[in-house]
Amino acid sequence: MSLLTVTNLVKTFGSGDTETRVLRGLDLTLEKGQMAALLGPSGSGKSTLLTILGTLMHPTSGGHDMLGVDLTTASDAALTTFRNLHIGFVFQFHNLLPDFTALENVVFPAAIREGRETAAARSRGADLLTRMGLAERIDFPSANLSGGQKQRVAVARALMNAPELVLADEPTGNLDRASALQVMELIGQINREEGTTFLISTHDEKIAATCARQIVVGDGVVSG
Amino acid sequence: MLYALKIASRYLTASKAQTALLVVGVAVGVFLFIFMSALIGGLAEFIMSRTAGDMSHVTIEAQAEDPGQIATFPGLVLLAHDASSDAAELREALNLMPLIEVMPEVLAVSPQITGAGLLRRGTRVAQVSVVGLEPGRESAILNLAGYMVEGDAQLRSGVILLGRALALELGLELGQSVVLQSQDGIDATLTVTGLYQIGQGGPDRRMAYVSLSTARTLFAMPQGVSRIEIKLHDLYAADAVAPRIEALTGLPAESWTVNGAQLLEALNAQAQTGYFLKTFAMITIVIGVASALLLSTYRRRPEIGIMRAMGASRLFVVGVFVTQGALIGVMGGLLGAGVGYLALLPFPPRDAFRSGTLPMDITQGAYGLAITLTVIGAILASILPARSAARVDPVTAIGQ
Repeated sequence: MSLLTVTNLVKTFGSGDTETRVLRGLDLTLEKGQMAALLGPSGSGKSTLLTILGTLMHPTSGGHDMLGVDLTTASDAALTTFRNLHIGFVFQFHNLLPDFTALENVVFPAAIREGRETAAARSRGADLLTRMGLAERIDFPSANLSGGQKQRVAVARALMNAPELVLADEPTGNLDRASALQVMELIGQINREEGTTFLISTHDEKIAATCARQIVVGDGVVSG
Repeated sequence: MLYALKIASRYLTASKAQTALLVVGVAVGVFLFIFMSALIGGLAEFIMSRTAGDMSHVTIEAQAEDPGQIATFPGLVLLAHDASSDAAELREALNLMPLIEVMPEVLAVSPQITGAGLLRRGTRVAQVSVVGLEPGRESAILNLAGYMVEGDAQLRSGVILLGRALALELGLELGQSVVLQSQDGIDATLTVTGLYQIGQGGPDRRMAYVSLSTARTLFAMPQGVSRIEIKLHDLYAADAVAPRIEALTGLPAESWTVNGAQLLEALNAQAQTGYFLKTFAMITIVIGVASALLLSTYRRRPEIGIMRAMGASRLFVVGVFVTQGALIGVMGGLLGAGVGYLALLPFPPRDAFRSGTLPMDITQGAYGLAITLTVIGAILASILPARSAARVDPVTAIGQ
């Protein structure tokens, strides 16, 4: 059962002589519960694709459908709400809010949805951090955590609202091998246990090998 | 918005030094606002108490009657003149006074007999304006009791109150006698029972106060009075009250503003100056808050990008920065108002203003207004940075 579909996706930047076409009619379908790696050389359009799939950017043309919702015509406000409820993000540099604790960072998407930090959200946030092996670091300021710990907090945050899709852009790119494998193991565990769909952009073939599906992007289209 | 409040508070506490500087900057603006309010208000109070506060706000004055025309000849008119009754008189005034006194706007009423006279003490002579006041109402209009430097302001038959400067000119001391001759040529020997010092040359050197009964004798006015002076609770109501008194009594009533336009103009100009200064203080606050929050917006662009990526709406981001502005306004407003109040405490209260000192009126600090305007100003100042934050592109910001 498909979770999202993009068809003939085109994205260009600039105009005239400086126009750059990053995506050139890309087609892709992701099934629910799938764990897929997005591979491809730098400049192939991986990050742009993730950004569009994450509703952070509109495509120049083409179709983008997720959970039966046509996202190409949705308003900014509608996309913001959709993103909060259905999509989680893990970035290469964790991108935590430095002035907040680990738990506050994890609870953030739920607090945005509820308008406040509910007890239920804090409880789920604490559970997620415990699953990430950070039970001792729940109330630590995020700035005081190690790189690997920060990235695990970022994974927990991405899962907070139990989204159907988690987009991870080089989630292990900034970690040592041991931390990278630990993070991937956690992601795989969540995928198996909760059926969350993951699309992980990576250059690392060993990381990609941990995923059930490998999607190769080259020259703005899916090439394999 | 509860969560926006939490984030705003966290941002402010995360940069304690920067927040403290910002709050102090706002507090200085609020302090200036309060200081100027107290100074301008106190100064106006001081000037008013020294001028309009001591004068009649509405005056009913007898109009001198035109001399009767006896006969006319080609190139010549023959007029009748009664030399024994030069002073114009309000004959029924005393009967009308109760009508005036019950008006809610009226604070005090003083019937007076006025005229010119000569004070003689041995070979020394001084020309004076004589004012006859009703005992018990000596300080109804001019606060005579407050200006007494020797003796007291109580008038009774056979006594006279003089300015100390005039007493010095005549070589008079308290308890000594002086002869007062009225314009009607009637003499009275009076005892000096009080010396006052208003601080103005005219009243201190050219006025003499006697009792109404003494004045009746001096100016041959057995029943009526020359004028009625009326003091109002609100002197600015004089223009409205004067016509009502005129309609009520049928007597010509004149507001102090008819002859006090220059004073009114000066007070208005002073108030305008105060508004300008206070406006500039507010503008300083707004610019300070806006620039600090703009800087914060720029510094936190990546975080704003993350928030947006996590599903925070533009309105939420606006809320975070506007709440920061409001919190800065509240803290700066309270701090500035508190410091302003403490700084004004050492100044004497409005009832004890003295010449040569700053007439700061602590009650006119406009603390509530200062805090309210500061919060509103800080919120307005935060709108531009907040809108700028809401426009942050999450993709670009996260990539920074």
